[in-house]
Amino acid sequence: MYVAVKGGEQAIANAHRLLADRRRGERDQAELDVAQIAGQLRLSVDRVMSEASLYDPELAALALKQASGDLIEAVFLLRAYRTTLPRLAVSEPLDTGSMRIERRISATYKDIPGGQILGPTYDYTHRLLDFLQLAEGEVPTPARAEEALEACPQILDLLNDEGLIEQERDDGSEPYDITRDPPDFPVDRATRLQMLARGDEGYLLALGYSTQRGYGRNHPFAGEIRLGQVDIEIHVEEWDEVICIGEIALSECQMVNQFGGSREAAPQFTRGYGLAFGHNERKTMAMALVDRALRAEELGESVTSPAQQAEFVLAHADNVESSGFVSHLKLPHYVDFQSELELLRRLRKAHEAQRSRAGDPQQKRENVSEEAKATERASKGVHHERL
Amino acid sequence: MTRPYRQRVLALTPCHHLESRWAALDIHEQHRCVRGPETGMAMVRGRMGGTGNAFNFGEITMTRASVALDDGTLGHGWVRGRDRRHAELIALVDACAQQAGLVRRIDDELIAPLQDALTTREAQASRTAAATRVDFFTLVRGE
Repeated sequence: MYVAVKGGEQAIANAHRLLADRRRGERDQAELDVAQIAGQLRLSVDRVMSEASLYDPELAALALKQASGDLIEAVFLLRAYRTTLPRLAVSEPLDTGSMRIERRISATYKDIPGGQILGPTYDYTHRLLDFLQLAEGEVPTPARAEEALEACPQILDLLNDEGLIEQERDDGSEPYDITRDPPDFPVDRATRLQMLARGDEGYLLALGYSTQRGYGRNHPFAGEIRLGQVDIEIHVEEWDEVICIGEIALSECQMVNQFGGSREAAPQFTRGYGLAFGHNERKTMAMALVDRALRAEELGESVTSPAQQAEFVLAHADNVESSGFVSHLKLPHYVDFQSELELLRRLRKAHEAQRSRAGDPQQKRENVSEEAKATERASKGVHHERL
Repeated sequence: MTRPYRQRVLALTPCHHLESRWAALDIHEQHRCVRGPETGMAMVRGRMGGTGNAFNFGEITMTRASVALDDGTLGHGWVRGRDRRHAELIALVDACAQQAGLVRRIDDELIAPLQDALTTREAQASRTAAATRVDFFTLVRGE
């Protein structure tokens, strides 16, 4: 338990001044501009927006600058800012099928309407450090084809004439919102997806990987991955119309997994879904794997592995919550620790009494006198702290 | 053109671009803000698997404004992000487009060229993506 402390204003102010100095770095180097971060470290920006659950590239870039590049600190800053804003609207559900495609691939079908579009990808790079980037080199403009892309429909909907793949249909149900009411386990899939969408990428990646290694295996294929711009539409009372207020970049992953079926329904491929702000492909793949793993119960699979246990997975996915609770251990716990010391002392006394009744008194007495000194030191610390 | 059509074009156009194109029209209607501009958020909803049930995905910043011209005509504007001037400009254009004497010019000299610019931008982005279109060959193993 943490007990409030007072004092230390000057030291804290100086520590923050030192932090600002370290953030600025050597003064003979140009200071980083927020626009440079947004433009040149865009994958960091996208990850911060995704895990903060707030899309605003400029603010995410500012948060990254302020956090000296610490992603989780930046997520925290943006998430905190989010609480200062009123909610003005709820969007119409995104139509990712109408995405203006920048990248779109399928690992399940080779020939697809619209084609396989690699887009700006690190795939097929050799992962060799490019020392030319140590120098300032000119970067050529991207190649441009003569013709624009053909339409790129959602593959899993299009190539499913035989009904081999589970279809996703809207039954009109209103989704739960964890920003309004805390999740109450067990939670439905809408709630799970909201929690996974803001979940820590590294954590979801590890859990997704665990399913591939056999802990809740469901044999996934990347049915379709797409990246691009999608309109944001809201309904406005002023005109009683649905209007577009802008566009955002999105990554989406449709995972196709091994079979489900029942007495009534023939076996078919099942699905997992991943969606993230910006260019966040790895996150969407991990999210889709975990989404599918968490559907175990619904699909009649036995829940045997960590990635299939919703409460375990979801309650630990938010890195603002997890880093907050881990970090609070750094705050002064002097009083709490003092009470533990006293408890321990009593236990040891009782232990010693028991031992001495059984014989063997000598050794214990020495330990106790050492402990008394330690206690005295600790209690001085407490008094100093509580001034 | 409808109000939602204009709203989309104006919201997708970068504010500095809109500002200069609007200035070129030389329309100077006095207006005052009757609501905002105010910045807040919109909760964005996604669909499971892209087509299934809705879920709350995450929020975006957005700004809205409503203006009134001197004759009382109201205009509204909404835009993603935190640019208050952008929202106000959209509302102003919307209000002016309610004026019989202005709507033709606004549609022909502002909205249509801005939509053309958006179309061009989209086509260029699409052609850039198209240059990365790939045809993989499937090799038969063991040959």
